[in-house]
Amino acid sequence: MSLLAVAGLDVRHGLLQAVRGVSFEVERGETIALIGANGAGKTTLLRAIAGAHPSSGGRVSFSGAEVTHIPAHARVGRGIALVPEGRRLFAKMSVEENLLLARAAGRPGAWTVDAVMEAFPNLKARRHARAGTLSGGEQQATAIGRALMTNPELLMLDEVSLGLSPLAVDRVYASLRTLLSSGTTIVLVEQDLTRALRVAGRVICMLEGRIVLQGKAGDLTREEVTLAYFGLDKKNAAAAP
Amino acid sequence: MIWINQIIQGVLLGGYYALIACGLSFMFSVMGIINIAHGSLAILAAFALFVLADQFGMSPFLALVIVVPAMAALGWALQRLVLERSARAGALVPILSTFGLAIVIDNLLFEQFGADTRSLAPYIGSFSYDSWSLTDDIDIGQLSMLIFAAAVILLGGLQLFLSRTPLGRAIRATAEDPDTVGLVGINARRVNATAAAIAMATVGLAGAALAMRATFDPYAGAPQLIFAFEAAVIGGAGSLWGTLIGGIVLGVAQNLGAQINPQGFFIAGHGVFLIILFARLFWGDRGAWFLKPLRRA
Repeated sequence: MSLLAVAGLDVRHGLLQAVRGVSFEVERGETIALIGANGAGKTTLLRAIAGAHPSSGGRVSFSGAEVTHIPAHARVGRGIALVPEGRRLFAKMSVEENLLLARAAGRPGAWTVDAVMEAFPNLKARRHARAGTLSGGEQQATAIGRALMTNPELLMLDEVSLGLSPLAVDRVYASLRTLLSSGTTIVLVEQDLTRALRVAGRVICMLEGRIVLQGKAGDLTREEVTLAYFGLDKKNAAAAP
Repeated sequence: MIWINQIIQGVLLGGYYALIACGLSFMFSVMGIINIAHGSLAILAAFALFVLADQFGMSPFLALVIVVPAMAALGWALQRLVLERSARAGALVPILSTFGLAIVIDNLLFEQFGADTRSLAPYIGSFSYDSWSLTDDIDIGQLSMLIFAAAVILLGGLQLFLSRTPLGRAIRATAEDPDTVGLVGINARRVNATAAAIAMATVGLAGAALAMRATFDPYAGAPQLIFAFEAAVIGGAGSLWGTLIGGIVLGVAQNLGAQINPQGFFIAGHGVFLIILFARLFWGDRGAWFLKPLRRA
């Protein structure tokens, strides 16, 4: 049984349909890169899976149970965590407080404040600093740490490299590598195609709200992905649901 | 000596103002809601205490054991039935709906209890006027002291609760970004309802203080709201320790004003409020420099 099953999911922003009949499954332990141009519906799809945005049709199942209509905080309790785009830290609270908030999910486990500090050593010195005063890389590490503190079974990362210097991105991914190899199931949105193909086992490419290409990262050539990314691959686009 | 006495009495009066402003300030800082029904709800609590004391012969202090939880439950219901719905329609709508609620409460109380002026003072024996003599000229009322101590403990306790406990952290996080707290597993609706319950529990205590130290009638809510509002604004809306300082500034100003001229009580109080309000408008937080050391970093 797959960990996450999305079937025919429709999500709207008012009149705009951002996600159109998207179906895919995620097996336990997989790392999936979700790619696509701006406005392809990646962020909206992740937010709908996390429960932060209501879906207008279709189903989301997690660990075999339907979660389509339960609110975000209850999904976190089941083990779905999202690191939102733009990090969305609580700027007036300290790093430690931001991390401790995630205990509300009621999922004790291996991830504690100290474990997060070990995984992201650049946070150690900033433990009691206000989140609003952190650098972009530190903020991203805190946001990932906060999601990990819920001890998720599925971790979704939305554009972790957005607005970070190349050096800070390398650092975040270096910290993520232990996570990637630890067997946590991960869905990540990444604009950098090379990096996406390198870290992910499987790639899902979205265009205008639909999945236009998916496959094992090793089986796809960069050219195939690029064509799907820009909607130039008519055959695949037409075949997609 | 008379001036020292006026300042001391002003500080104690400030404790009372801080106590009534506490719930208003807490609700504004946490939920961003200005509760116009605040004063009327305090009067409602006062009448509840009055009925328990008058009809059932309970000591008003013992009656608090019933009234404070009842007010908390009312706060929970208020959030779920009125504030949450009206806040969804825009930031200004809760002001209108709580204004309407204030009118409903005032008039229901009037219909039930009539225009008679009541007080809880007769039910607490000589405690309402007992005092300690500091010097020949200065006496400190025991009830005033109790109310002052209650305000300090309540505001301090709430500040500690907000900064140290998981629920307090959840309340602060929900105040800052109610859309994101769901993603870390916090139920924002429940947190806000809990915060409203806490605010209304403090209103229960404020109602008791009001009813023991003075008199009240069904329409006494609005003047209470004005003093609470002034104390909260002088102290910097949403800052709990600031609210205590705001109450004291207001109380001292009123007492000194009254010493200068019998008419000066209200004029000095409102005057200080307006001066600080305009100072804030023109110079921002620098206009309230005297609060700086009290603000939490």
